[in-house]
Parts: sequence; structure tokens; C-alpha cells
Amino acid sequence: MSTHRRISVIDDGSGVSVVRFVDKKIVDSGSIEQLGEEMNSLVTVEKRNMILLNFEGVEFMSSAALNKLISLNTKVKAAAGRLKICGLRAEIKEVFTITRLDRVFDLRKTEADAIAAFKL
Amino acid sequence: MPTSQHWQFDQHLANDLDVGHAAIEDLMNALSLCGWEGADLFRIQMAVEEAVVNAIEHGNKRDPSKLVHIVFQVTPEKVTMMIQDEGEGFDHRNVADPTEDELVDKPRGRGVMLMRELMSEAIYNESGNQVTMVKLRSKPEPESSES
Repeated sequence: MSTHRRISVIDDGSGVSVVRFVDKKIVDSGSIEQLGEEMNSLVTVEKRNMILLNFEGVEFMSSAALNKLISLNTKVKAAAGRLKICGLRAEIKEVFTITRLDRVFDLRKTEADAIAAFKL
Repeated sequence: MPTSQHWQFDQHLANDLDVGHAAIEDLMNALSLCGWEGADLFRIQMAVEEAVVNAIEHGNKRDPSKLVHIVFQVTPEKVTMMIQDEGEGFDHRNVADPTEDELVDKPRGRGVMLMRELMSEAIYNESGNQVTMVKLRSKPEPESSES
């Protein structure tokens, strides 16, 4: 079982790995690097490919953190998996909209909405 | 910390992310004390974070012998932020649009766009090693539960 410091991972029982974030503000460069490595390891080491990133409780994230999400998305796609995002506060969602990352990621309002969407 | 609803910061800082983040923290505290709140605070933090990290990592290339000049001016209605590094600058007029189809899923190139979109104004000097951003306080909007 892998140990993560920047994220927690829970299996929802139907094959979806629900990822939550330890930091309220994802801004420190070192933490972002570690976060990227931990998220990537979910796919490359733990072989998870149905991943839900739940951002409830996250108040701020820099574009460097956004870049880690994009890299994770690429890895999930390469593993023929699916990545979804939920729980974004309005200000962070605005950043996804401005950068048009709302076209790249499947954004859902709640964890329940997102898990249901994995079953579609 | 601000007095009389005005606060100013003008320092040449070590080229160090922790030092830069401490300055941003001071700015955010000053903004709160001057009555700024909500989405404006988020947008300002996002933009200034991009500018400071760009200056330290890309402008000064993490060189500890270089400095970053930071000026913040905060009033209840307007914040001005100037960040200047000692690097060679960049061609800010020809930054690729990260929302183009072939770039939108690439993990880079969003910082400059976010500064321009989130601020009322974001202007580079000729050589591109100094950015000045202005944010005017938004008019209050009713809270929305829309996701």
C-alpha cells in the first residue's frame, strides 16, 4: 500500500479511486512537485485508472498545480482510464473556464454526481 | 500592515520562492485589512503568484545572486502590483494562446494568460522583465450556488 503525503485515496467500492487533497492552498512548488508524483503514481505504480479528484476544501491552486492535473489526465488516458473532477469552488472553476480546461476535464459538481457519471 | 486604509510595499527581495510567498502573504493580509474579499482576493493571489514565480523561476532562473523588485500599493478600491526580475525578459507580445486546440492539453503556458484575464490591467515593459498589474475592486454580486 502506497503512502501519500499530499493526497488521500479511498476506493468507493465500484472501482473508482476518490482522491482528496491535504493542502487547502496548493501553491508551494515543492508540495506541487510531490503532489504531481503522488497523483501520477496512482496510475503508473498502483495501476488505478478510474480516478475522481475531489477538490472540496481546496481554496487555492496555482497554474503549476493545474499543469500537474493535465499531466495526470494524459497518463490516465494512456492507461485507457477515466479522470473526473468534482468539488471545485467557484473561483477555481473560473480558472478552468478561462483557460478552457473545462473542455479537457470532465467537471462535476459533487462527488455523487461524478461517481454516477463513471457508470454512464 | 495598512494604516488609514492604505498600504505600500516596495522591496528588492532575494530570489527565493519562500521569500516571494511571504511577500504575497503580506499583500493578502493587507488586502483583507483594507476590506477586499471573496473572488477578488482569489484572483489577485492567482495573478501575483504567477508573476512572482515567473520572475524567480523563469526571469532570474532561480539564480540566488539575483533580486526581485516588488512594489504593492493597496487601497480599498484599487491594488497595483509591480514585479521586476533581473533576467533578459521575454517576447510577451508573442506568447502562444494556451487555449488553442493543439495547446489546451499541454501542461504549460497559462500564467501570462491568467494574469491578463484575472486583472483589470496587466502590462509588461518593453523587454518583458517587469509586469505591472492593476485590479479594481469588483462590485458586489449576489452569491450563486451554481457549480
